[in-house]
Amino acid sequence: MSQEGLLRPGIAQLRVLDMEESVRHYVEYIGLELVGTGDDGRVYLRGYDEFHRHSVVLREADEAGIDFFAFKADNQKSVDRFRKNLEAYGLEVRDIPAGEQPGVGARISFTVPTGHDIQIFAEMELSDSPNAPETKNPYIWNVEPKGMRAQRMDHCLLYGPDINEVEKIFTECLDFQTPERVETPDGTLGIWMTVSNKAHDIAFVNHPEPGKLHHLAFFLENWSDVGHAADIMTRYDISRDVGPTRHGITRGQTIYFFDPSGNRNEVFAGGYTYYKDQPPRVWDHNNVGRGIFYYERQLNEAFLSVVT
Amino acid sequence: MADVDAINVFNITVRGSDVVAPCPETERVLIALEQAAPFPKPKPVNVGCRKGGCGACRIRVLSGDYTTIKMSRAHVTEAEEADGYVLACRVFPASDMEIEPAFLTPHERMEMRKAERD
Ligand code: FES
Ligand SMILES: [Fe+2]
Repeated sequence: MSQEGLLRPGIAQLRVLDMEESVRHYVEYIGLELVGTGDDGRVYLRGYDEFHRHSVVLREADEAGIDFFAFKADNQKSVDRFRKNLEAYGLEVRDIPAGEQPGVGARISFTVPTGHDIQIFAEMELSDSPNAPETKNPYIWNVEPKGMRAQRMDHCLLYGPDINEVEKIFTECLDFQTPERVETPDGTLGIWMTVSNKAHDIAFVNHPEPGKLHHLAFFLENWSDVGHAADIMTRYDISRDVGPTRHGITRGQTIYFFDPSGNRNEVFAGGYTYYKDQPPRVWDHNNVGRGIFYYERQLNEAFLSVVT
Repeated sequence: MADVDAINVFNITVRGSDVVAPCPETERVLIALEQAAPFPKPKPVNVGCRKGGCGACRIRVLSGDYTTIKMSRAHVTEAEEADGYVLACRVFPASDMEIEPAFLTPHERMEMRKAERD
């Protein structure tokens, strides 16, 4: 197997203002499965096509935003190797014991210069839900997915200062690549980074406030499901930010919209396949509008100013 | 039995704009403002999540009574709330109101939070 080390985004933990309203949004409308509620009130969710126990965690708080974003590694040896790399780089690495979230092994956690808590873990139980993907003569699903039919949690876009330093940490310590970037006369505006064949697993945009979430994205099967997601948004009065449209960067077909706490969500389909031998794609400030919103060819005001 | 169930409607005026939005006491001020200024009129205040989390619709109430539901503390601190700052999508009128937009750019928000800490 040639993908070693980090495999994929594993867990995103979001802060929400009202748990009941948020669960309705993520379960009924986006279509995630409610896995369970922990003793501390955190709610665990899973996309219908995800094999493991959960991928999205909601925590009730009085401020929206993201607590942490975690990547899953192939084994504990890789986690130990990443810890060494990060410490050698000069970052403080914290330990989170196994079981801090149900079904999840030990995690390491570190804060990057953009102010975000990034975590790595190797172990998570497989889902024991009757709706989990089958492995023997599988149907495409056991029970037809509901709402927007989100297959999986796909990536996030985070906002904060000093993204060049973050890129160095991700590429030098964690073996990420940067298939796509935006360079302006004022410096790097954004980086889209991957640890896999996807065009991006995580992205960062330069922003003065640390620790901000621009959006958490869910993967849909195709463009027609993106249209179906838009139908759901209108029916259930979900506030839409932009789309359906396409990103020039990553080429994904997309809608940006908001959860009931003001966290931006995205539904995302397509996107190109990335291989490590591809040269990086670079956008300049005159074309960034088309890079972000390919059909509108300009940014909307909220893209650079509304984050949680 | 007159009017036990009648819903009061109040006028929301926006300082610096000619928008006057009739807003039932059961409706959130932001929604009334949006309806009073349909496209292509410029929106009197920014609109984002319409759910009290993103801060796009931050306003200051200059006069009038109102009630609020949960708003993200990242955008309206307790001290600011006492000063009349609210998120328009979380506010119900209890009288006529005059408001002004008070959207903070990320830079302004950061400077303000920093000043509060020092
Ligand atoms: S529109 Fe997001 S807080 Fe009101
Ligand atoms: Fe995205």
